[in-house]
Amino acid sequence: MSEQNGHQQKKTLNNPPEKIQVSIKRREKTDSSQYTDVFEIPYRRNLNVITVLMDIRKNPVTVDGREVTPPVWDMNCLEQVCGICTMVINGKVKQSCSALIDDILLESGGNSITLSPMTKFPNVRDLKVDRTPMFDHLKKVHAWVELDGSYDLGPGPKTSQDVQEERYAYSRCMTCGCCLEACPQYHGDNYIGPQAIAQVRLFNMHPTGEITRDDRLEALMDDNGIANCGNSQNCVQVCPMGLPLTRAIYETNREVTVHGLFGWLRK
Amino acid sequence: MSNDTKIAIVGGGLAGLAAAMKIAEAGHKVDLFSVVPVKRSHSVCAQGGINGAVNTKGEGDSPWKHFDDTVYGGDFLANQTPVKQMCEMAPEIIYLFDRMGVPFSRTKEGLLDFRRFGGTLHHRTAFAGASTGQQLLYALDEQVRKYEVAGLVRKFEGWEMLSPVMDDHQVCRGLVAMDLQTLELKAFSADAVIMATGGPGMIWGKSTNSQVCTGSAISACYQQGARYANGEFIQVHPTSIPGEDKLRLMSESARGEGGRVWVPRESGDTRPPQDIPVAERRYFLEEKYPAYGNLVPRDIATREIFQVCLDGHGIGGDNQVYLDLTHIPADELTRKLGAILEIYEMFVGDDPRYVPMRIFPGVHYSMGGMWVDFEQRTNVPGLYGAGECDYSIHGANRLGANSLLSCVYGGFVAAPAALDYAKNVERGDTETNGIHDAELKKQIQINDDLVKSEGTENQYKLHDELGKVMTDNVTVVRYNDRLQATDDKILELMERFQNLSINDSNLWATQAVPHARQLWNMFQLARVVTRGALARNESRGAHYKPDFPERNDEEWLKTTIAEFSEEAPVFSYEDVDIGEIEPRQRDYSSKKEKKSA
Repeated sequence: MSEQNGHQQKKTLNNPPEKIQVSIKRREKTDSSQYTDVFEIPYRRNLNVITVLMDIRKNPVTVDGREVTPPVWDMNCLEQVCGICTMVINGKVKQSCSALIDDILLESGGNSITLSPMTKFPNVRDLKVDRTPMFDHLKKVHAWVELDGSYDLGPGPKTSQDVQEERYAYSRCMTCGCCLEACPQYHGDNYIGPQAIAQVRLFNMHPTGEITRDDRLEALMDDNGIANCGNSQNCVQVCPMGLPLTRAIYETNREVTVHGLFGWLRK
Repeated sequence: MSNDTKIAIVGGGLAGLAAAMKIAEAGHKVDLFSVVPVKRSHSVCAQGGINGAVNTKGEGDSPWKHFDDTVYGGDFLANQTPVKQMCEMAPEIIYLFDRMGVPFSRTKEGLLDFRRFGGTLHHRTAFAGASTGQQLLYALDEQVRKYEVAGLVRKFEGWEMLSPVMDDHQVCRGLVAMDLQTLELKAFSADAVIMATGGPGMIWGKSTNSQVCTGSAISACYQQGARYANGEFIQVHPTSIPGEDKLRLMSESARGEGGRVWVPRESGDTRPPQDIPVAERRYFLEEKYPAYGNLVPRDIATREIFQVCLDGHGIGGDNQVYLDLTHIPADELTRKLGAILEIYEMFVGDDPRYVPMRIFPGVHYSMGGMWVDFEQRTNVPGLYGAGECDYSIHGANRLGANSLLSCVYGGFVAAPAALDYAKNVERGDTETNGIHDAELKKQIQINDDLVKSEGTENQYKLHDELGKVMTDNVTVVRYNDRLQATDDKILELMERFQNLSINDSNLWATQAVPHARQLWNMFQLARVVTRGALARNESRGAHYKPDFPERNDEEWLKTTIAEFSEEAPVFSYEDVDIGEIEPRQRDYSSKKEKKSA
C-alpha cells in the first residue's frame, strides 16, 4: 500500500496466538473480596476487549472447567464516546471498546490479558464502578452556561474559530475517569481533578459563561481544589479524547490566582 | 400549587433532557429515569449535525424547503403538520444550543457554519466537528444538572423502566422501574409519563445503536395498550464500519464534505485503491443520480451499495465499497471530520485521510415508534412519546441530521403538553386504590420467575439468533416468504426462552435478569416490525420488496398501527395527513421541480 505524506501504516500482529488467556479481576459486591477468574478464548482478527467479554458471557467457563457467573461490566456506545466501558487493561486505564486485542498483544508480546476495574471509584461488581463523584464535581463547579430561558432569544455570541476549536477540545470530555485513575494526587474526595478543571475552562472561555466565571473559580479554591494538582501530567497522557488537560489546569490556575489576589476588589 | 404536578420522563437522551429542561424551567418537578447516567445516552453517537434552514449561505433556503425535503425524503408517509412545525422551529433550536455554549463550527466571520447533508441541495446542517450529538447532549445535560442542583429534577440513573402503571380506565398513572444495582423494584406515581427511550436497534443484534437501545420500555408500553406505528420502517445507514461487536457509524457528513462512494470498475480488481486510476473506478451513485450524487437519501444509497455488492462488484467480491475522502486536504478533514476519522482509524487501522474507507450498510434508526398525535400524546391518556421512540416525523425514510432536530422538537412539544394535562388531570383515588402495588407485584413476580429459570438456553445466544434472522430478512430487501419464516423463528425463540438458564445466583448488579426482560420485549417488538413488513405489499422509503417494487399510494399511503394481542400484533391503518404537499414520485437524478410556498 502506498505511503503518502508521511502517513504510517499500523503495525500488525504477525504471529497471533491460537488462544488468548483472559484474567478478570472479580468481586461479588462492593464490600466483598476480589478474586480472579481466568478464561481462554480462540484468537480471531479484529477482536476488541468487548467482543472477548461478550464471548465469555456466552460461555462463562474458566480454564479449569468451572462454570461461573458471567462477568459484569458496563458498556454502551462501543465507539469510545460514552465513556462507560472504561477499565484497567494490562495495567493501563482505557475504554474496553477501543482496546483492540492485536494492539494489546503487540505491546505485551504474550497472549494474556488482565482486566480489572478502575481503582479510584467504588467497585460495584466485577469490572463495574460507580463514577457518581465525577458528576458531583460538575455540579460543584457550575459546569453550565446561565441562560435567561430556553425560549427564542436569537443567536448566541459570535465566536472566533480559534476559541471554538479550543472549547470544542474541552467539550469532548466524556467523564470517563481515566484522568482521575491515572492522577497520583486523586484519592476519592481530596482533589476535584482534571476533568472538572477542564470544564471550568470550557465555560469560562464562553462569552456568556464568562459572566459567572467567579462562581466556578471559587469552587476550585477550597481544600480539595486546583491547588492539589501535583503536575505529574499523567492526566493528559491517558485522556482518550486528547483533551489539553495540562493547559486547562495551567490557564485556570492562573485565573484562580488572579481571582484570589484581586477578586475582593470587584466585590 | 405549581409544584404539585408529578411528571416522569423515561430516557435521558436528547429528547428526554429537552423535555426535562422545559418542565423544570416552568418551575415543575421531574423524575428522570435512565438506564445509564444520562450523559452516556445514545445521542452521543450522532455525528454529522442538526438541520435548520438558517440560510446563512445565500442559497435562499427556508423552513418550507426543509419541510419539503423532509416530506419528500420520507416518501410522503409522514403526517405533514408536525413536520412543518418542526422545520419552522429548527432555526431557533439551533440558536438556543448556540446560546447554551455548544462549540458549533464557525465561519471566518464567527457565525455558525453549515454543511450539506443527504436529500437536500442546501447547506442546512449546523455541526460541532463530527461529534454534534455528543455536544448537543452535553449542553442539555448541563442545563438539566443546573435544575438538579436547584432541586427540580430528581435523577434515577441506573434504573430501568419495566412497565407503565395503568388504572381501570387505561389511563397511565405512573410506572414501575428497577434499580439495576440492587434489583429492587419500585412503583412511582406520576400524572404524566413521557417516554424518550430512543430506538430498538439491539433487535438486530449488531447495529449502529448503543447497547441500551433495546426498545424494551416502549415494547412494555405497547404490550399494555400503547399503539406502535410504522414499525416496518427501519433505516439501514449506507455507511457503517462492520465489526464483531457492533456496526460503527461512518457519518453521512463524510459525504456531505465531499466524500465519494466507488468500487473498482473491474470486478475482482485486487490493486490497492490508491493505485486504481479514476477512470477505472465506478462512482455508481454519481453516475446514476447526477443531481444529488453521493448525497441521495439514505434508503436509496443503501439499496445501491447493497445491490452493487450483491452483483459481485464489492471490493474483492466482498460486502464492502469504498468511501473516499483522500482528494480533500488532510488538515481540512481533521478540522471538519476529525472525530469520525479517528473512530475509523482506531477500529480499522487505516487513516481515512490517505486511504479510502471500506464501508457497508448497517441498521441505524427506526422511523417507526409509538403512535403519537400532533402534541406527542399516545393513545393512552397520560402517556407521551418523544424522539426516536415515537413515529411522528420521518415517514418512510429519515433524512440525515433530522434526528437530533426531531428529538429536541419532540421533547419541546411533549413537555408543555404533558404539563397541561398534568395540571388538569383528576387523580381521584388512583394513588390509594392499589393500582401501583398491583403492577409492582406483577413485575416482581416476573423477576422471581426469571431468577428461578434453570433451563438450558443461554439468553445471549438466543439474542444472537434473533439478530441474525432479523438482519438477514428484515433490513434492505424484503420477501414475504422470508418475513413469514422470520416471524416463525421469533416464535420459536420465544418458546425456547421458556427454557432459559439465568446462570447468576448473585442478584447484586446482575445483568442477566435485566437482559432477559429486555430480550422478551425485543421479541415482541421484532414481531411488530416483521409482520408489519409482511403486510405492506409495496415499496416505499426504507421498505423495499422486489415483488412489489413500486410505491402504491392508492392502497398504502397509510400509517401502519399495531396493537398488542397475545397471539400476534393486530394491524390497522390510518390515513396520512397530506394537507400541505401533494405526494409526488421521488426522483433524485434531477433537481426537484420548483415548488411555490
